[in-house]
Amino acid sequence: MAEIRSPIPGIFYRRPSPDEDEFVQEGDAVEAGAVIGLVEVMKQFHDVVAEEAGTVGSFQVDNEGMVDAGQPIVTID
Amino acid sequence: MPGLPERVLVANRGEIAVRVIRACRDLGIEAVAVYSEADADALHVALADEAVEIGKAQAKASYLRPEAVVEAAVSTGCGVLHPGYGFLAEDPRLPTACAEAGVAFAGPPADVMAAVGDKVTARAAAERAGVPVVPGTGRLEDPDAALEAAEEIGFPVLLKASAGGGGRGIRRVDDPGELTTAFSRASAEAEAAFGDGGLFVEKCIERPRHVEVQVLADTHGNVIHLYERDCSVQRRKQKLIEEAPAPNLDASIREGLCDAALALAREVGYVNAGTAEFIVDPVGGTFHFLEMNARIQVEHGVTELLCGVDLVCEQLRVAAGLPLSVAQEDVVARGCSIELRINAEDPEQKFMPSPGEITGWHAPSGPGVRVDAGVEAGRRVVPFYDSMVAKVMVWGTDREQALARARRALDELTVEGIKTTRDLQRSLLDWDEFTEGRATTESLEAYLGAAA
Repeated sequence: MAEIRSPIPGIFYRRPSPDEDEFVQEGDAVEAGAVIGLVEVMKQFHDVVAEEAGTVGSFQVDNEGMVDAGQPIVTID
Repeated sequence: MPGLPERVLVANRGEIAVRVIRACRDLGIEAVAVYSEADADALHVALADEAVEIGKAQAKASYLRPEAVVEAAVSTGCGVLHPGYGFLAEDPRLPTACAEAGVAFAGPPADVMAAVGDKVTARAAAERAGVPVVPGTGRLEDPDAALEAAEEIGFPVLLKASAGGGGRGIRRVDDPGELTTAFSRASAEAEAAFGDGGLFVEKCIERPRHVEVQVLADTHGNVIHLYERDCSVQRRKQKLIEEAPAPNLDASIREGLCDAALALAREVGYVNAGTAEFIVDPVGGTFHFLEMNARIQVEHGVTELLCGVDLVCEQLRVAAGLPLSVAQEDVVARGCSIELRINAEDPEQKFMPSPGEITGWHAPSGPGVRVDAGVEAGRRVVPFYDSMVAKVMVWGTDREQALARARRALDELTVEGIKTTRDLQRSLLDWDEFTEGRATTESLEAYLGAAA
């Protein structure tokens, strides 16, 4: 099990843009390097990436929720 | 004649909110701040006479809500609302909501704001006013028409997506032989990206300078310019250094730019402070209209130092229905002024934003130095908004003295707790392309690329 943490403080997004689908759903299988969300800090967007392959667990941060650097976002089982 | 209001609502945050609060103080007006949940401890809140919380940290839940800032103005008895820059400053919904609530707006009316904010109508207005625009075509459907137009305009040209924006959907073509292929590719890309494959052709101005003209207009028909600023030192279309006057600019071009800005402002019925942006071709000695910004700009202080006119106070006077306090013949450009933007970013880490608590802060002072900051020691740079935390501005009797003062000022500036652009800015003050006044909008990225 790997915990994905936010690299930076900011606002977490589960979608690439408001009109698009979420990057991943809970229960999806993902490859290592898959983008599972974005964190916006000062108008810049940073990818949140799954470091290893696995199954997406439950998100601990809501879409558009605030995150601190190092805060757990989701687990990959 | 109407008079100044007793209170002004400052519908912004950070250094520009602090700047507007100071203008209010100078005019004997009370200032009311607005703030998001994340900004309760911000400097602009501490400096205001009263402050109203308007929503959550995310800008769209607070600073981007027209109804929230107008309601704050009404509930606190403010006669004028100042939008600052960014956020809602160029959103016509704000002047509309102000007008409906009976609050005067420190900017142009909604219809004028909308007309200058749209690239197509702004370009049309510039053409009606006799202001040169970048040579180009309307929408084209096939490569043959594009080739014909490009031959007439002269290579290199840019193929631009009609539906594009923000620098997306642009392809450069250097040679007639490449145009047909480039057209089909660009059209397919535009179709995929924007759902519209329409393109137009525009002349590619190589290595241009960015020069803009400050204008002020009141509701009594007075329209004046306050000369130009050169903002060519940019990274990814973001300005880092601005100065006035533009160095090495031919007097006839300066006169042409100022006349063009006035003609455009009159053509659109402009009111309040605005800026006409141009690109200047330093080789050909020509200039072309780029866009008009319907707000106070970040770099307005450079013009204030050059001309001795308080632009924000003039904005508040105009909003209150008063005439400008200066006539064109009173506007005299003296010496040279330079602004260096201090952003909470790490130039060593691809300009990664660097929010956090400012544990140490020493702002420079002394002859010819002005610092407009939105932070101070012990306050936090929050991660939700723009990264600019301060503007270090200097004035000198000539450019050489201004540069010396700029170096001294940045040497005195210390910021602890966050990364900033200070060291990068200090190195640019010894960069010959800037010190010799020949930087174009492409120079800084080439310099940073070479240094990396």
